[in-house]
Amino acid sequence: MTRKTLGVLALTLSLLSTGAGCKKKIGNLSKPDAPAAPAPPPPRMEEPKVRPTVATFTAEPSAIEKGASSTLRWLVKDATKVTITAGVGEVTTLDGSRSVFPGATTTYRLMAEGPGGTAESSATVTVTQPPPPAVEAPKATKEDFSVVVSRELGDVFFDYDKSDISESGRGTLTRNADKLKQLLIDYPSAIVTIEGHCDERGSAEYNLGLGDRRALSAMDFLKQLGVAADRVRTVSYGKERPQCTDANEDCYQKNRRAHFSGN
Amino acid sequence: MNKKLFFFLGFCALLALAQQSNIVIKLVGQEKPTIAVPDLRGSGASQAYMGAFNSTLYSDLESSGYFTMAAKSMYPLQVPQRPQDFQSPTPGAPATGFSLAGWANPPVSTTYLTFGYAGESNGQFVLYGWLYNVKQPDLQNAQMIGKIYLGPMSEVGATKVAHEFAADILKLFGVESLFGTRVFFVSNRSGTKEIWSMDWDGMNQKQVTSYKTITTMPSVSSDGSRIAFTSYLNGLPQIVVHSTETNRRLPFFNQQASMNSNLTFAPDGKHVIYSSSISQHPNLYGADLNGGGIKRLTSGRFIDVEAKINPKTGGDVVFISGRGGPQQLYRMSIEGTDVERLTSGEGQASNPSWHPNGTHVAFSWTRGYDPGNFNIFIMDVATKNYVQLTHGAGRNENPWWGPDGRHIVFASNRSGGMQIYTMLADGTQVKQLTKAGRNEMPVWGK
Repeated sequence: MTRKTLGVLALTLSLLSTGAGCKKKIGNLSKPDAPAAPAPPPPRMEEPKVRPTVATFTAEPSAIEKGASSTLRWLVKDATKVTITAGVGEVTTLDGSRSVFPGATTTYRLMAEGPGGTAESSATVTVTQPPPPAVEAPKATKEDFSVVVSRELGDVFFDYDKSDISESGRGTLTRNADKLKQLLIDYPSAIVTIEGHCDERGSAEYNLGLGDRRALSAMDFLKQLGVAADRVRTVSYGKERPQCTDANEDCYQKNRRAHFSGN
Repeated sequence: MNKKLFFFLGFCALLALAQQSNIVIKLVGQEKPTIAVPDLRGSGASQAYMGAFNSTLYSDLESSGYFTMAAKSMYPLQVPQRPQDFQSPTPGAPATGFSLAGWANPPVSTTYLTFGYAGESNGQFVLYGWLYNVKQPDLQNAQMIGKIYLGPMSEVGATKVAHEFAADILKLFGVESLFGTRVFFVSNRSGTKEIWSMDWDGMNQKQVTSYKTITTMPSVSSDGSRIAFTSYLNGLPQIVVHSTETNRRLPFFNQQASMNSNLTFAPDGKHVIYSSSISQHPNLYGADLNGGGIKRLTSGRFIDVEAKINPKTGGDVVFISGRGGPQQLYRMSIEGTDVERLTSGEGQASNPSWHPNGTHVAFSWTRGYDPGNFNIFIMDVATKNYVQLTHGAGRNENPWWGPDGRHIVFASNRSGGMQIYTMLADGTQVKQLTKAGRNEMPVWGK
């Protein structure tokens, strides 16, 4: 009791201490005259006006078949506004990329505007007609990887504030590992993502770390079972993407998970 | 535990706290000086803006929490507009509003009085403003401020002039005005979480970022020139830094980790600390302003987040760690040595924010409540003594000290959805600043 009282006292004192030295007099101007003309506005701090430059602006690949995509990449300096023609429009970053799907050969012009002037650059994507489909190729259409992953790989659940794999989690991960090894063979370029999630109770900042731990724990376990580490990545969503928002243990448990997604 | 017993203990704890507050007021004599702020009148074009002027001046002085506002209904009928309006009291006659005593004596019983008038000059809004200490025996000693203020002839101009007059008055008493300070926060109003900003009083709410992906956990540098936040721009939570003046993205090197987050700026404006999972566990790293010169500060198989550097000394750091179990508040040196737990180990603690004085930390804690039911506390770091400011009205988190060291901005779901509030550091004068959408994680910059 006394200890706490002293603490509160100290706090209040410190809050008050800023009020010391009051009752000073300032600016004696007992008879204000007519107001002087307003002072001219202060000179604006001008930034040096550098002309924008387009360091890179490329389309890769520069030749595509009709229906395929090409990626525009740009790196612009000293610009405040970057616009790309041919349907792309204004872009929000100076260093970025954008997928485009031109139906015919298209030249994209990038225009950078800044306080120091403008700069331009262009990139062309040549579009070719695809060859007619081979008649004798009755290939079965492959199921989307993300669909297979969400059907075949189960969620791993965690205890409150824990990131170690529980007994039931081991079972799930062992089954997931077997299926995943086969999936990664069937889909040779696919990457699977393990998402770490938390319930809503801890702070968002701490839960971002906890979700990261959960995803990494699951990944470590898969690695030990022989899953190729370079085909798996992890991401923490903390408590940003709950699958339910009820305030009860049922929902909390559903959200304390490592979830598999494919893309 | 038996539920009744639990509630009873909670009730006792509340009583004890209430008593402490009373004891503090008795011991310290936390008597606030009284000020009378009668409405000023304007001539010419300024008349139209006197409503805005008077309400702004009154509100700034009241919300500072420094003054007791004298009851308006007790004001004398005559209100001076200029110093020459004061007359020598007629012996025997009752004191009027044209005398110091008319304000200093009951029923007004004020110590300070603001008065003056507004007019128009060269198309400008002009205020002639005075502050008097009416307890002084004569007019010569009564004047504390007598000053001319100019602004555009508009409601904005009249409001600006009122803020400046109020700031001058508060400055006399060592109280920094919040006028001109800004709060950055996270809002989902645009469809995804983005960083927004608003004035200290909730006006002028604007979207700052447009990354169209989860963008959250802002912090602001002590000079207010930079903000940092965590965004999933490349699909992973990574640190992004912006200039607050140009709102342009500034270079920052993120380590090759699945998570880099919770960046905090050092008071020297040259260094930062953030949390990174580069070595598998989220630990704390120091770096230069642009992310270079990385130095590991903590290491261990646990989660360390939310470092905050002492604004006064720059030498010690408080942070949140799960090293001993549930997340708790810890302190260490800027080098990462001398780690010490500050909270008792009960509940979960998070969101530390240093008071500008470098001796107290506001933070959120579930002590005494169910997991997730955070309340806001202030701790004297040297003694580890603490006081609880909110008491279970929803979830209360992310406290951040105002630049005046008297107000705290925080987020609470006390009225349903998560919204942003300010309060005085004694827990009173709670004001809601946001209404639209979900708003959280406020930080207060100069």
